[in-house]
Amino acid sequence: MIIANDPLFADPFGLPEVGVVLLKVVVAFVFLLVAVMFNIWFLRKVISDMQNRIGPNLAGPWGILVTLADGVKLFFKEDLIPEKSHRVVFKLAPYLSLIPAFLVFAIVPIGGDFNRTDGPDGVISVFGHDTLLQVADPPVGVLFFLAMSSLAIYGVMLAGWGSGSKYPLLGSVRASAQMVSYEAALGLSIASVVLVSGTLSMHEMVLTQAGPGFNSFVPNWNIIVTGFIPFFVFLVAGTAELNHPPFDLVEAEQELVGGFHTEYSSIRFALFYLAEFMNQITMGAIIVTLFLGGPAGPALFVPKGWWVGVFWFFFKLMLFLFAFVWLRATLPRLRYDQLMDLGWKLLIPLSLAWFLVLAGIQIGRDRGWSSVEVGAFALSFGVVCMLCGALLMMALRSARMQRLADLDEERADLDESSPRGTLRG
Amino acid sequence: MAELTDYIKGFAVTFKKLFEERVTGDYRGGKAKPGQPDQKRPKVERLHGRHVLNRYEDGMEKCIGCELCAGVCPAKCIHVRGADNDPDNPTSPGERFGYVYEINYLRCIHCDLCVEACPTQAITESKLFEFSFTDRNDAIYTREELLVGDDGKPQQLPWEDWREGEDELTSGWMRATSPSGDHRYEGVVQWSGELGYGVRAPELGQSDTGTGTSGGGDV
Repeated sequence: MIIANDPLFADPFGLPEVGVVLLKVVVAFVFLLVAVMFNIWFLRKVISDMQNRIGPNLAGPWGILVTLADGVKLFFKEDLIPEKSHRVVFKLAPYLSLIPAFLVFAIVPIGGDFNRTDGPDGVISVFGHDTLLQVADPPVGVLFFLAMSSLAIYGVMLAGWGSGSKYPLLGSVRASAQMVSYEAALGLSIASVVLVSGTLSMHEMVLTQAGPGFNSFVPNWNIIVTGFIPFFVFLVAGTAELNHPPFDLVEAEQELVGGFHTEYSSIRFALFYLAEFMNQITMGAIIVTLFLGGPAGPALFVPKGWWVGVFWFFFKLMLFLFAFVWLRATLPRLRYDQLMDLGWKLLIPLSLAWFLVLAGIQIGRDRGWSSVEVGAFALSFGVVCMLCGALLMMALRSARMQRLADLDEERADLDESSPRGTLRG
Repeated sequence: MAELTDYIKGFAVTFKKLFEERVTGDYRGGKAKPGQPDQKRPKVERLHGRHVLNRYEDGMEKCIGCELCAGVCPAKCIHVRGADNDPDNPTSPGERFGYVYEINYLRCIHCDLCVEACPTQAITESKLFEFSFTDRNDAIYTREELLVGDDGKPQQLPWEDWREGEDELTSGWMRATSPSGDHRYEGVVQWSGELGYGVRAPELGQSDTGTGTSGGGDV
């Protein structure tokens, strides 16, 4: 079966199997919506705690229904479409950013027992049909995630362009530049994970990370196996990909009003809002799956079963949701050139070099090198990388100095040519 | 390197805040169920809030319909029209009274220039700012709504959140500074009596904190 590696499709495929698939889709859909509601409330509550405030506390216990109240309010607000907008594009854009957010979650394994002795790991039984606890497990797996996060750029870009207004346009130009730049670093750090686990399928990635690793105490998670750097790069690039603070230049209020969704109101704005927070959840889920073993974890509890995986998955996901809020509460926004510097001059070279190290180690392992040999290789490669990095820095610096010198010369020329030297800036 | 440690220090700061005391109060807009906390933060003496139209001790209105408040208003939110008093049944002492008096609170910026401009201290500001109307018509307060009641206290409209004792301070700014702005008049009563209160004492603490050169009280 090409579409998915699900054991559900191994048997003859009939109506009951279709029912199971539909059930999974509906459960995932509803779950994600509820999770977004929770996420928004969680953000507002934690960020108000970090700012010595009380935060929302009126709708429901501890204000947990505040998102629902906001949603109802937004739904009944007036829906404005600007005169100069491109109406079709304007209406299409919110869906273009919402749907990829939904689709990415479909490939995330959210549960299942990965310590089974009585059968294949991570497989659960729904009404007598064996299946995985994820909507789909396509063999292209992670590539699907990359494809969808690229598609989500269209939503932002078209929203800004279709609004027919300058601030949204500037915001969307920034957004697409930012997301395209960071996609490269994102892809390279994913490549490291794929190299180590030897598969693209999300389910198989969890399988390779399940079980004890080094010393049978340290978990066999990719964050350790790939050596932290790809995780760090993915976390930073993923945050930038989400347009989440400190990378929220896309909607920098002081400069761009609200960025690409300035002209949006009512339910269309709510869809963007929903997509933003849904992307946080899916990005967290992807990080958990790629680097922290997803739903795999020790079976600490007596009644074992699929929900052990669910527990571990959500436990890890919550850590990342908290981290996102923490980032938002702590860091000031980056300047645009700092953003580009970080992406192109630090993250991409770093992840590229690290990818080469991992590839070298992998080849060495395949050739049967001893660990000393591999260590020596990694060390020498590290030295080479550092030399290259130093050369790169020198090149950048000398180019910069040259530029400044040229600028000074130009100014001097201008001063001479203009009688009063008024052109000097 | 210092940059990096500063970065991490920042995270520590925000994390510590999680366990600190909150600076905001638990305000529910007067809609708390029994047992739920619902406090307002204490306000300063001269807070600029919703206006009131004052009356003299005998119940006569202070407003003479001169439109100075409307003229000075930078937000152009006051609309006044004067009319001649009925000689047999006058509304205010003197010739004229404020026949129409409307303030649009969707525009008002609570700058208190109207209070300064008023020659008869007819318009002053109470300390109430918790009034969230849901209708644009409710936002335009009419003369009947702004006038103090027969007990000298401001009327409490359904969408306003008044608390115990809040309706007593309706002329804080007026009684804090002499209307002429001259510090030598500090503590000297320059204001007329109000319905229900008589001539009120100057704002508390006015003479205690002043150095003698300025008429300012505690700010």
